[in-house]
Amino acid sequence: MNAPLLAKVGVTFLQLSLLAVGGANAVIPEVRRAVVVRYHWMSDETFTHLFAIAQSAPGPNVMIVSLVGWRLVGLAGLLVATIAMLGPSCLLAFGVGRVWSRWSHAPVVGMLQQVLAPIAVGLIAASGLILARAADASIAAGTVTALVAAFVLFTKRSPMWALAAAAIGAIMLRRMGMPF
Amino acid sequence: MTPATPLTRLTFFLAFLKIGMFGFGGVAPWARRVLVEERRWLTDEEFAALMGIGQILPGANVVNASVILGDRYFGPVGSLLAFGGIMGAPLVVLIGIVSVYDRFETLPDVQAALAGMAAAGCGMVIGTGLKMAAGLRRDVLTIALGLGALVPVLLKAPLLLIVLVLAPIGLGIKWRKRAR
Repeated sequence: MNAPLLAKVGVTFLQLSLLAVGGANAVIPEVRRAVVVRYHWMSDETFTHLFAIAQSAPGPNVMIVSLVGWRLVGLAGLLVATIAMLGPSCLLAFGVGRVWSRWSHAPVVGMLQQVLAPIAVGLIAASGLILARAADASIAAGTVTALVAAFVLFTKRSPMWALAAAAIGAIMLRRMGMPF
Repeated sequence: MTPATPLTRLTFFLAFLKIGMFGFGGVAPWARRVLVEERRWLTDEEFAALMGIGQILPGANVVNASVILGDRYFGPVGSLLAFGGIMGAPLVVLIGIVSVYDRFETLPDVQAALAGMAAAGCGMVIGTGLKMAAGLRRDVLTIALGLGALVPVLLKAPLLLIVLVLAPIGLGIKWRKRAR
C-alpha cells in the first residue's frame, strides 16, 4: 500500500470537507481540480467516468470521493477518503445539532424552524430542476422526469416502481431507435 | 393512517440503511419517504427544517441531517448508526458496481437504463420538493421564502448567500408579528 499517497488523499479531502457548502454536487468541481489538475492523480476522462459510476449507484452523491480513494489506494483509500471528506462536516453538524436541541424550547428556534423549512423546500425543488436540465437530453427523458415527479407527488407507492419503469422504458425506446 | 414505527436503535439503523440503499440519484427523496411517510417519526415541517440545517452546513446535506437526527434520538451512538446506515450499504454496492462497470457500461441497454434512471431520479427530487411544499403552512411568508430560495438557485446564485439573506429576513418578519 502506498502510505504517502494515502496520507495525501486524506489531507486533500479533509481540506475540502468544510468547503462543501451546498452539498456534494457543489464541491465536485473542487474535487476535480485537486484530483485532475493539481495532483494529476487521474485523467479528466477517468474522473468523469468515476463520476458516472457514482451517479448510477445508490447512496449520497458524495461517494464520488470514495471512488477516487478506491481508484488510487484501494479499500484503504476508499475508507480514508470517505472519512476525511465527511468527518469534519459531520462533527460540525453534530455540534450544531446539539446547540439546536439545547435551545429547542426558545421561541426563536421554533421560528427559525418555520423559516428554514420553506427555504429548504425551495432549494430541493431547485436542485431537482437543475439536475434535470443537465440529465435530460431528449423530450422522452424530460417526459420521464415529469411523470416520475407526478408519481411521487400523487401516489403513495414506492418510487422503486417508477425507477424500474423508467429504466425499462428507456431501454425499449432506444431499442426502437428513438432518442432518449 | 398507519401508526408510527416504534423507534429503537435497530429500526432507526434499518431506516437509514434503506435510505442509503435505495437512494438512486440522491438520498433526499428516500429520506423523506422513509422518515415522514413510512416510519412517521417526523412531520413534514420537522423534516424540512432538519434538511434546512443540513443544507446550510458544509458537507452532504442528508448525511448532516442524519447525524443530527441520530444524536437527537440516541446520542452519539445514534449519529454513528445513521452514518453507518446511510453510507455503509451503498459503499459495498459501489465496490460491486466498480468491478463490473467496465464490462457493462458500453452495452446499449445498460446505457439506456442508466439514462432512464437518471431522468427518473430528477423527477423524484422535483416530486419530493412539491410534496414537501404541500405539507407546509400556507401563509404568504412561507410561500415567499420558498420561491425566494427556488428562483435564485435556478439563476445560479450561491446557496449560502441565499440562505444568509432569506433566513434573517424571514426571522425578522416572524419576530415582529409575534411582538405585536
